[in-house]
Amino acid sequence: MTTPHEMHPDEWIDPYEKIMMVLGVLMLTGMMGTLLVAAFAFGIQVPSPEKQVNPNTISEQGPFSEPGLRDLGGGKYEAYIIGQIWSWNPREIRVPAGSTVTFFITSKDVQHGFLLWHKNLNAQIVPGQVSKYTITFDEPGEYPYLCHEYCGIGHHTMSGVVIVE
Amino acid sequence: MNLRNTLSFERKYTGAHIGIAMFALFLGTLYGPLQALEHAGINLYFLAPWTKSYYHGLTLHGVLNALIFTTFFISGFLTYVVSYSLKRPIAFRWVANLGLILMVVGFVTAAIPLLLNMATVLYTFYPPMKAHSAFYIGVTVLVVGSWVVGLSIFLTLAAWYKDNPGERAPLAAFMSAITFAMWQICTIGAAVELLALLIPWSLGFIDGIDPQFARTLFWYTGHPLVYFWLLPAYMSWYVMVPKLAGGKLFSDPMARLSFLLFLIFSTPTGFHHQFTDPGIAAGWKLIHSVLTFSVFFPSLLTMFNMWASLNIAGKMRDGTGYVAWIAKLPWGKPELTAQLLAAILFLFGGIGGIINASYNINLVIHNTAWVSGHFHTTVGSAVALTFIGTLYWLLPHLTGKGLFSKKAALAQVWTWFVGMIIFSRGMHLLGLLGAPRRTQMGVAIKSEIFFNPDWNVPMIWVGVGGTILLISYILIYVNVVGTLVAGRKLSDEEIPDVPLADAVSRPEQGPMILSRWKPWLATATGLIILSYGPMIIQSIYNYQATSPGFQPW
Repeated sequence: MTTPHEMHPDEWIDPYEKIMMVLGVLMLTGMMGTLLVAAFAFGIQVPSPEKQVNPNTISEQGPFSEPGLRDLGGGKYEAYIIGQIWSWNPREIRVPAGSTVTFFITSKDVQHGFLLWHKNLNAQIVPGQVSKYTITFDEPGEYPYLCHEYCGIGHHTMSGVVIVE
Repeated sequence: MNLRNTLSFERKYTGAHIGIAMFALFLGTLYGPLQALEHAGINLYFLAPWTKSYYHGLTLHGVLNALIFTTFFISGFLTYVVSYSLKRPIAFRWVANLGLILMVVGFVTAAIPLLLNMATVLYTFYPPMKAHSAFYIGVTVLVVGSWVVGLSIFLTLAAWYKDNPGERAPLAAFMSAITFAMWQICTIGAAVELLALLIPWSLGFIDGIDPQFARTLFWYTGHPLVYFWLLPAYMSWYVMVPKLAGGKLFSDPMARLSFLLFLIFSTPTGFHHQFTDPGIAAGWKLIHSVLTFSVFFPSLLTMFNMWASLNIAGKMRDGTGYVAWIAKLPWGKPELTAQLLAAILFLFGGIGGIINASYNINLVIHNTAWVSGHFHTTVGSAVALTFIGTLYWLLPHLTGKGLFSKKAALAQVWTWFVGMIIFSRGMHLLGLLGAPRRTQMGVAIKSEIFFNPDWNVPMIWVGVGGTILLISYILIYVNVVGTLVAGRKLSDEEIPDVPLADAVSRPEQGPMILSRWKPWLATATGLIILSYGPMIIQSIYNYQATSPGFQPW
């Protein structure tokens, strides 16, 4: 018995291959579609450039010279946070429940990473750049933040906490 | 005279590469179980007293396993596969030798500061953490050496094309050449990072560096780097696994198509490692996310083709049904079983990979222990276990000595499989529970803030998986050393041949475009220019050389 492959000496594509290719494209397009819906219909976005700073002078001038929380009124806050070997400045932030906090985070030395538990705040902290994320805290409780980029032998001690009261 | 005997230089050449690769793996993998047990609360670092810190060991683990072992193994393995499948010796021995010498010089130059704790920067070496300049110079020379090995492969293939005008190159040689072509295109990013930024900076010629731009250059190479590891494993799954299983490759043209798609889509994907970077616009990140989904497509084709090929083998061995034939595959062969189990683990690696590449979903897992778990199902399983399986036929083939113990080899591949499932399940779960990657967790959890009680159980899984993997690791070297020292001398008939499968859908049934090079290389270049060009120009325009170096280890 000759197989279909042997019957076609020249160019020939097995029908199973065609089916697989179509299914593959459909699957990937569908998955990408759900991401686009999440990104543009629900607004779950990744960061874009905020601004460039000089890591050598941020402690002396500009908003990062006084790290910490600023009350903008109406339940809105800004938090300026500096990552440094091996701590966050500040290490604790207290806001009332229902607050919306815009985080501005940068580093004065090596790269760090800012991971805030229970929220979609996951930022690579790169010296010279400012990471900006806006987060709403509805539920009271503790929201720890950790460094998740290797920053030296004390990396695993670098943490802080947002306390929502 | 058989082909193996005519390739005695190539056998020694490949043997040298693989010897160095296995030496690097020996030292690098030693740290795996130490790290896993550290997470479970058991500190055994006194067993490696030259290790100055957890992160010193972690750097050695990453650099030796992911950069040194892979690059040497791939260079040696693919050089031999090209010669063997083209049935001709290396075109220019001096070119091949030059490549090997450069790689060794680079390895040694980088290894000295690494071992002396002067380059504890992990294998991603993100500035402004600053290693000793010898580390950067060594890595650069290693990469240049691998380019020369690639050139040697291209020259050998070119000589074959000259003698066989209009012919399609055998699949194994074609795939090997594509792997190195992709590698040469994608390493330009790291080469620029090292030569223009890191080396002058570490030597003190320039004071400052722009860490954001360095990251962009690094990840231009960093993601296709994983395809440089993966494609040789895929080549083995396409060409060798069907033969080892006693069957045929289902479709040769489809296999070529998948590799050509890897050639064009591997590189313009780097921003999916930088979704949370502050200095790159979200629009570019989205474009790279879509392109990363495109590179998933040839992996789907690979899964289908491999399944269909194994199905043919199973049916030829009287297997029946939709899945029952799987049991009929020759599971007693460690060189096959290793690769089948590697492919099964890679299903999880692939699913995890698409999650990592998923733009906003990446916010959940970026830089968490999930990523390390993912890594061990990909390079730590799909690649490493396939290479170990390859070793089980390649070592007897190269040395003419029988494998020391088939039973030990089978035990090795199964313990790897089980250990890795347990380990990586623990790591993935830890990541979802907010545990950071590359962190000395055993110490971290002693602080009040830095602890989640839900971590207790997966940390134990990590330790248990690591312990099972330790057994597997010992079994590898029992067999390697045992074969070299006490392997039975094989007669010419007993020496295993290089397993190269025939295909059911033959190469000539594919469209002619699948055997041409220029359109695909042009498309690859065009996509890179479109997806990276504007961003690179903008980064140069905004370049700020403000970061001095730090050595916080």
